Amino acid sequence: MIARRVMRAALRVLSMLPMLSVLCTLLPAQAAPSASNAAPPSIRFVDDRGRNIVLAAPPARIVSLLPSLTETVCELGACDRLVGTDRFSNWPAAVRALPKLGGLEDAQVERIVALKPDLVLVANAPRLIERLEGLGVPVAMLIPDTFDDARRVAAVVAGALGDAAAGERLWQRTEARIAAAASRVPRALRGQRVYLEVASAPYAAGEASFVGAVLARLGLVNIVPASLGPFPRLNPEFVLRAQPDMIIATEGAVAEMPGRAGFGSLRALREGRACGIAPEPWDSLVRSGPRLADAAEVIVRCLERMAATAAR
Amino acid sequence: MTSVTRLALALLALALALGVLGLAAGAQGLGLDWAADGALIADIRAPRTLGAFGVGALLGLAGAIAQGLFRNPLADPYLLGTAAGAGLGVVLVLAAGGMVGARFGVAALALQVGLVSAAFAGAVLGMLLTLALARGAGRPMVLLLAGVVVGVLLTALAELVLLFSPEALRGKQVFMLGGTGFLGWSSVATITVVLALALPLSMLLARVLDALVLGEASAASLGLPLPRLRLVLLLLMALATGCAVAQAGLVAFVGLVAPHLVRRWVTVAHGPLLVLSAATGGVLLLAADVVARVVIAPQELPVGLLTALLGGAFLLVLLRRAGATA
Repeated sequence: MIARRVMRAALRVLSMLPMLSVLCTLLPAQAAPSASNAAPPSIRFVDDRGRNIVLAAPPARIVSLLPSLTETVCELGACDRLVGTDRFSNWPAAVRALPKLGGLEDAQVERIVALKPDLVLVANAPRLIERLEGLGVPVAMLIPDTFDDARRVAAVVAGALGDAAAGERLWQRTEARIAAAASRVPRALRGQRVYLEVASAPYAAGEASFVGAVLARLGLVNIVPASLGPFPRLNPEFVLRAQPDMIIATEGAVAEMPGRAGFGSLRALREGRACGIAPEPWDSLVRSGPRLADAAEVIVRCLERMAATAAR
Repeated sequence: MTSVTRLALALLALALALGVLGLAAGAQGLGLDWAADGALIADIRAPRTLGAFGVGALLGLAGAIAQGLFRNPLADPYLLGTAAGAGLGVVLVLAAGGMVGARFGVAALALQVGLVSAAFAGAVLGMLLTLALARGAGRPMVLLLAGVVVGVLLTALAELVLLFSPEALRGKQVFMLGGTGFLGWSSVATITVVLALALPLSMLLARVLDALVLGEASAASLGLPLPRLRLVLLLLMALATGCAVAQAGLVAFVGLVAPHLVRRWVTVAHGPLLVLSAATGGVLLLAADVVARVVIAPQELPVGLLTALLGGAFLLVLLRRAGATA
């Protein structure tokens, strides 16, 4: 008897829950607490969520949880304002001494809040952003996905630091360095088809990726077209059929590539036209920020070595 | 004092002691400096400690229900597709918020929905899918098999999504290991509401579990409408597991070990067993969380890693004891 009544009541309550949970997901996210209205705010910018971030003064204590954002802040001359980074940020050398606060997904909320930051720069980390904003910390979400995004993010970060024009100047310097590197590409290697592998499996960097855009500016053709997306996981057959003229990968990958099934038939491997990049310079190829100019220079140095070996 | 009362008091004392330790466990190891860290303790450590206890209680409750329903000491809350469903929900939101989602324009929606809601919805939908596949809660064996099928299917779907959005992989890995780092006061409120709902309702239905101990046929002969009552218990289990998993990720072994520990210490009917399992689960997870925060400070271990290590060790001891006495 009691069990029957309880069962009916329970079923009634439980049947409401799916509806409630759907309703909860449709409620708008809570707005972040706004800065004080006393003095006119001097820093205003819009982050990638479309959220207006308003700060009373240029931030003096910045936490950055993405290596490319750390590098952007440092290239804009505000490295001394960084008080903490994520565990992967390692450039420039000064950043290595800063407290490492975990990755994007497992950032240590308590340590971030204990550093009392004026601004936290993160990429896509919804739970972290929600928690930090709930604790009253100003957070800007910036996602430099493509080459154009990196330029836009540099401008936003410059605006957040208080000097909006510096972002554009930084990007002009970056483009100038890439163009200078492009002019040094040996004539014999211009227009060659390249395969850039970012991870074994193999994951390749396509035309649509940020490093693919650098390769295009260097006058190289990517065997992975833009239609496949920025970082597709390829069937190895695709690479073998395409027979790239040159391969760019990490030192370790280039060393073990000849051992992979079928890769022995790659002419580029047999004729030594593979760039094995050391771990430190490799970071500049896989971070979408101003160091893409470094990446261009790294690649061109390898191409010059390749042309010199071929000439002998 | 009966042994049940002794156990309850002991658990309460442990919970309070661990609660204090939880307030002291921070980025610099153990330290309770109210003057300097007052805001940190109130805003971060307190909700995290309470949340860890609450999540552990939900998992302990769900584990006791699962073991009672299936009369199997190895049953745990993640049996019937809840873990795989929550994983799929998390991966979908992470992928939608990433590069692929940006191309399809669903990134804003993903941010709106959020990881917590997606994990909860995924867990509950996983359970509902299992129930649909097994056509109700009538036959436990069919239910278990359906749970396995749904688990495998949803895991495969999650892997498919990860193929197109590899940047979601790290987020999924963190979810699989579990962690209490993002529990704030609103999370504590949600967990408390769900616990306040699930615990009394399950206790009222505890006699179904008691009857099932006698076997299917005997329980049915007692006049209980078994399929419908089992359905309600399963839905309560899904609610508790879904909330726990949504807030703290897939924390292993707490739901499995808590009822075992209670049964080792006392012999009780399922009514008190459910409450004691919840309390034991809370104490277990809180202890693991405090250790996870302190042992390699300032870094943190994912709490699911610790519970897996400790739970695995416990099961090993249990098996050897069972082997020795057999």
